[in-house]
Amino acid sequence: MNERLTNLLNNRRDQRCGAKELAAIAAALRLQVFDVIHARQTGHWGGASSALELTSALYFNRMRINAENPQWEDRDRFILSKGHASMNIYTVLANRGFFPIEDLQGFRTLGSHLQGHPAMHKTPGIDMSTGALGHGVSVALGMALAAKISQKDYWTYVMTGEGCLNEGQTWEALMMAGKYKPERLVLMVDYNRVQLDGTAAEIMPLDPLADKLKAFGWNVADTVYNGHDTNDILASFAWMDQSGPWPKAVVYSTVKGKGVSFMEGKSAWHGAPIDEKSYQEGRVQLEADLEHKEASL
Amino acid sequence: MSIAMRESFGKKLVELGKTNPKLVVLDADVSSSTKSILFGKAYPERFFNCGVAEANMVDVAAGLATCGYHPVVNAFAIFIALKTGDQVRNVLCYNNLNVVLAGAYAGLSDSFDGARHQSITDVAIMRALPNMQVIVPGDARQAEQALEYALSQNGPVYIRLNRNPMPDLPENPDFGNGKVVVLEKGTDVTIAANGITATMALEARKLLAERGIDAEILSVPFVKPFDDDGLAASVAKTGKLVTVEEHNIVGGFASACLEALARKRLSCTFEPIGIRDRFTETGPYDSLLETYGISAKNIVDTVLAMIR
Repeated sequence: MNERLTNLLNNRRDQRCGAKELAAIAAALRLQVFDVIHARQTGHWGGASSALELTSALYFNRMRINAENPQWEDRDRFILSKGHASMNIYTVLANRGFFPIEDLQGFRTLGSHLQGHPAMHKTPGIDMSTGALGHGVSVALGMALAAKISQKDYWTYVMTGEGCLNEGQTWEALMMAGKYKPERLVLMVDYNRVQLDGTAAEIMPLDPLADKLKAFGWNVADTVYNGHDTNDILASFAWMDQSGPWPKAVVYSTVKGKGVSFMEGKSAWHGAPIDEKSYQEGRVQLEADLEHKEASL
Repeated sequence: MSIAMRESFGKKLVELGKTNPKLVVLDADVSSSTKSILFGKAYPERFFNCGVAEANMVDVAAGLATCGYHPVVNAFAIFIALKTGDQVRNVLCYNNLNVVLAGAYAGLSDSFDGARHQSITDVAIMRALPNMQVIVPGDARQAEQALEYALSQNGPVYIRLNRNPMPDLPENPDFGNGKVVVLEKGTDVTIAANGITATMALEARKLLAERGIDAEILSVPFVKPFDDDGLAASVAKTGKLVTVEEHNIVGGFASACLEALARKRLSCTFEPIGIRDRFTETGPYDSLLETYGISAKNIVDTVLAMIR
């Protein structure tokens, strides 16, 4: 990493990184995720990678958080409902200063605070334990309702993939959110269109997804933003800030396994251990991407 | 005859809501049955009718709990236990969140609705979950005490509530300490009664006394944590234990008692009374209880068979 990027990642204060900086940060974090999932021979590369620009942008541009005080009651909340992408949020939190980056090496090992799926009572910065799919939107709704009755102005973001949207509970939550319409509740769909067993089209088609969300009472962004283009992501944040009814949902078009060409869009790389050959070849691509994005800083 | 537990529980929610601004109440479109509607009318901004979607309701409560609120979740016991198992285990219990689950219409008390509404496995399910406490009140007063206790705790608590008005038990300060409550002292046999069956045990004691048998009657609302010492003290004296529960005899109160005695390395003559691992049916509540042996008469018969 060059000095500029290192400085960005080591800055523990409130950050509002721009699009180019966010792209470089995500590229750096993607390499860390890849390294650890390979080293531990366990973890979910596909879904962790597909959301890396999104989570980087949330934590390095948008969210009101304090790494020194993870339980700050006025903080913005983020729930990674697709908890199997745990290595994504762990890497973001570590680089954002919630815990030492060296801790990432303990991922999924006995005694580490980095459990297979996020655990709120173990890892600083995790706002809700997730992993069994389908819980996130309900919990986020509870947090947003708490903000309403306590007259606080924090935001609650919840990210789902297709798996959570397969679960019936998610639709119960979407329906209830449409009833109470709490402010500052945002659903971000990491729509990579690939599940564990195959494509979403094969396993459980969700389209027309935006129309379904609208029918449940959500204000859905008309644009399907590119979840890997940090300019696009910042544009989606601007849309969230516009006036308009609550709750709000944004569908991001993403690529499962983003960054390693032969893994992209392949359900086989949902959670498979990364073999040595794939690791070496993949790393070359991820390093090249990082160098390219650093150069444009 | 006292008022029904749900009546006292609903009124207690309103009373506590007055002084506890962190108390919030959720219901799944049965608030007129559970009586949580009383809280909803008094404090509409702290009441959420979640519709018939129990799984979502439990996790919404979890979200509220992480933000400093203490939610009380109301629904029929059978649906809390069976439709929200994942939410209760993976969200409430795993994170040890301050949420009270109030399982209404439990046991056979939703009698006319039949087997699909009769909750005979909820205690077994709830007590198997780490961090969960399980209370089965025996009357309206104990239901109120259970609510006050639950709201003083860190972590989830399951309170099992009966639908119908039941007789009042004698008042006893031991309830709030989570202890076995000795309702009547005796020397020949221990009758440990869970929930509303304590009333039947008291009646059985009178009938047994007529036959010269001196039964000790324990009311045991706390299934978890369990008062090992309280049960063991009685059984060590009598050497005989009859457990009574409005629940399957597999995994519930009887199992909790046996585990406690095993921990104490105490052996005794034992007979469980409860639903004998079968599905139940529609009918008047009293008739159902009698049909499945949850009655003073069956307690007497069981004790007589044991003593002969």
